Amino acid sequence: MSNGAPFPTLPILDQEPSNRRGFLKACGATLGLAAWATALKPLTEWAQDVSVEEFLQKHYRELTADQKQAVFHRLEEDCRKEHGVDVTISDPQAIPGVQFAYALNLSVCIGCRKCAEACHIENNHDRATNNSYIRVFEMEMGGIDFEQGNATYDHPVPQPGKFYMPVQCQQCENPPCVKACPIEATWQEQDGIVVVDYNWCIGCRYCEAACPYHARRFNWEAPQIPAEEINPDQGYLSNRIRPQGVMEKCTFCLHRTREGKMPACLEACPTGARVFGNMLDPNSEIRWVIENKRTFVLKEELGTKPRFYYFFDE
Amino acid sequence: MSDPVSTSSPQITTPVGRSGDLIASYPRFLWRALQVATDGNWLFYGWMTLLTAIALVGANAWAIQVRDGMIVTNMSDHVSWGLYIANFTFGVGLAAGGVMMVIPAYLYDDEEMHELVIIGEAVAVAAILMSTLSVAVDLGRPDRFWHLIPGVGKFNWPMSMLTWDIIVLNGYLVINLHIVGYLLYMRYLGRKPNPRWYVPFVFLSIIWAISIHTVTAFLYCGLGGRPFWNTSLLAPRFLASAFVSGPAFILLVLRILRSTTHWEWSPRPAQTLIQIIRVAMSVNLLMLTSELFTLFYTGSGHAAAAKYLFFGSHGAIGLVPWIWAAIAMNLIGTVLFFMPSALERGGVRIIACLLCIGGIWIEKGMGLVIPGFIPSTLHEIVEYTPSATEWKVTAGIWAFSILVLTILVKLIAAVRQHSIAMGTHS
Ligand code: SF4
Ligand code: SF4
Repeated sequence: MSNGAPFPTLPILDQEPSNRRGFLKACGATLGLAAWATALKPLTEWAQDVSVEEFLQKHYRELTADQKQAVFHRLEEDCRKEHGVDVTISDPQAIPGVQFAYALNLSVCIGCRKCAEACHIENNHDRATNNSYIRVFEMEMGGIDFEQGNATYDHPVPQPGKFYMPVQCQQCENPPCVKACPIEATWQEQDGIVVVDYNWCIGCRYCEAACPYHARRFNWEAPQIPAEEINPDQGYLSNRIRPQGVMEKCTFCLHRTREGKMPACLEACPTGARVFGNMLDPNSEIRWVIENKRTFVLKEELGTKPRFYYFFDE
Repeated sequence: MSDPVSTSSPQITTPVGRSGDLIASYPRFLWRALQVATDGNWLFYGWMTLLTAIALVGANAWAIQVRDGMIVTNMSDHVSWGLYIANFTFGVGLAAGGVMMVIPAYLYDDEEMHELVIIGEAVAVAAILMSTLSVAVDLGRPDRFWHLIPGVGKFNWPMSMLTWDIIVLNGYLVINLHIVGYLLYMRYLGRKPNPRWYVPFVFLSIIWAISIHTVTAFLYCGLGGRPFWNTSLLAPRFLASAFVSGPAFILLVLRILRSTTHWEWSPRPAQTLIQIIRVAMSVNLLMLTSELFTLFYTGSGHAAAAKYLFFGSHGAIGLVPWIWAAIAMNLIGTVLFFMPSALERGGVRIIACLLCIGGIWIEKGMGLVIPGFIPSTLHEIVEYTPSATEWKVTAGIWAFSILVLTILVKLIAAVRQHSIAMGTHS
């Protein structure tokens, strides 16, 4: 204080009754601080798992090539320490001139959930919750009414009078989830796939509220997978083991499909109900389906423009 | 009950202010404010200890949630927002409602209201604090909080409605802190506040108050995939209910202030607030009726969530008791507010305030946020009741915000009473 003089002394700490009061206050403050430190102790236990590099890591799209390599290395190292498994983190880029699309033939799908299971294994999902990006609905013949649908059926399939409708991320061309995210932790890639940077997401779950197709999943706790079941072939933006407290979603298996392979769910389907490919390629099967079948998309009225088409044979 | 302010607090000494000293003496003002704020009688200490204890329980529950993951809440991928966001929504309304004393005071030049306006601003500050904390505890990765800082992180503005909300809420906090701080400081210096330094901000705060609740409504009603929220009536309904809960909360604060300090004022400001509540609550109920009519008479798929909320669906009735309790509380509260005895100081008014606050807390919280998720976007019905962790954290946030409010109001009362004394001397 440069000019304390104009102020008459305050009767706070230098008068008899206040002295005792001041002492009590000091005791109270000390006790209070100790109580807060104890209450917040679990935070320090948790902070041990977050390294400085991880804390300061920039947004995926702002990392230089070198920084990316360092990040992938760190993640591989972390996986070795934590799970005792050697994994490779790859980062295949979108291929120019490719727009991925998916189509599903509802006439042949039998509701066996092999696709959901393949997704579970391919994408290193938490074992206990049996998580998968695909939910298969058992629907009543005669309409496409999800209100009559049931995703938790537990009986032999197919049942008479029913048809089956798998739903996963529709990779919307106009994705409401991307609009919602306050920090651009989720975005659309050149080939149309919507991805999440698991190291940037703050876990606010606004995107999950915004998605009209129940396509997003949150890591309510760190996923648990036995070491021998971990898929070591991992993409940074796709199936690497996610941290606790972040959002995740179907990526059309971009670590496979950008390398020329098919998505895991398609390979697992025993009926051939699934058709996947580059819709810009005039000779592709997906293009043929879109052009020749009477396809429809879910919730067309919302203007999300899904890249996931459904169709029936005749 | 003895008076904690005038008998047992040290007096704030008013220095002779010179304009050059204004900035320099501000830290000293803050220091003295801290002294006053932590001084009081045993009732005051008991109250503060109780609030601190509850806040500690909440802080501990939150720390465990961060360590073990949000699995300790009862939220799921189906109902991905719960009690925290419900409480956030209510808090924003409370903050916006705080401004309801400002409008009559400054737009209609209600002189008596001028004296009490600062209480409304203090309530707004505490309510914003509560909202911000409620969102903070809802984050899965609080360590990445810095990603939200414009310029440092990656702020998805203007696309994301959440970024708008962050801007308007922080702006509102700053405006109100400025007004409260400036008025208190001037009184402490024994000077007359210069209208140039606060009246423009007061008018700004009126517009801003509308904006915080409108933007918060946009957060929900902008989501096309959630028909229950996707209604253009949402923002007006938010505002109407805010103009009930805000004034009702202020009335309670005034009541406590009157019985714990010697600060006296005429019954008129409170009566003005009650008139506001009467109008706002009627408008709110009217809009609710109109919305229910559209939903249920049309009988479209849009009614699925409302049907679940009010009557249950496929045997799931988790929210039915909540919403009917809210409707009962709102209706009884409204009837009580319309009774002539509500205009007098007494029990009727207090009960009416408590009922309406409780009713709106449910209506704008559990009754608005949760049914947005039930049924899910693919029409699955997964229910939600808050877990013990969520209750503890929410109680902790309330306790902490009330603690801050107590300190603010205590300061206001202390400065206020002293300056009255100064006025009589000079
Ligand atoms: S389906 Fe959902 S998660 Fe996928 S792009 Fe569309 S809105 Fe986003
Ligand atoms: S949960 Fe993550 S990806 Fe989703 S909106 Fe929040 S920050 Fe963005």
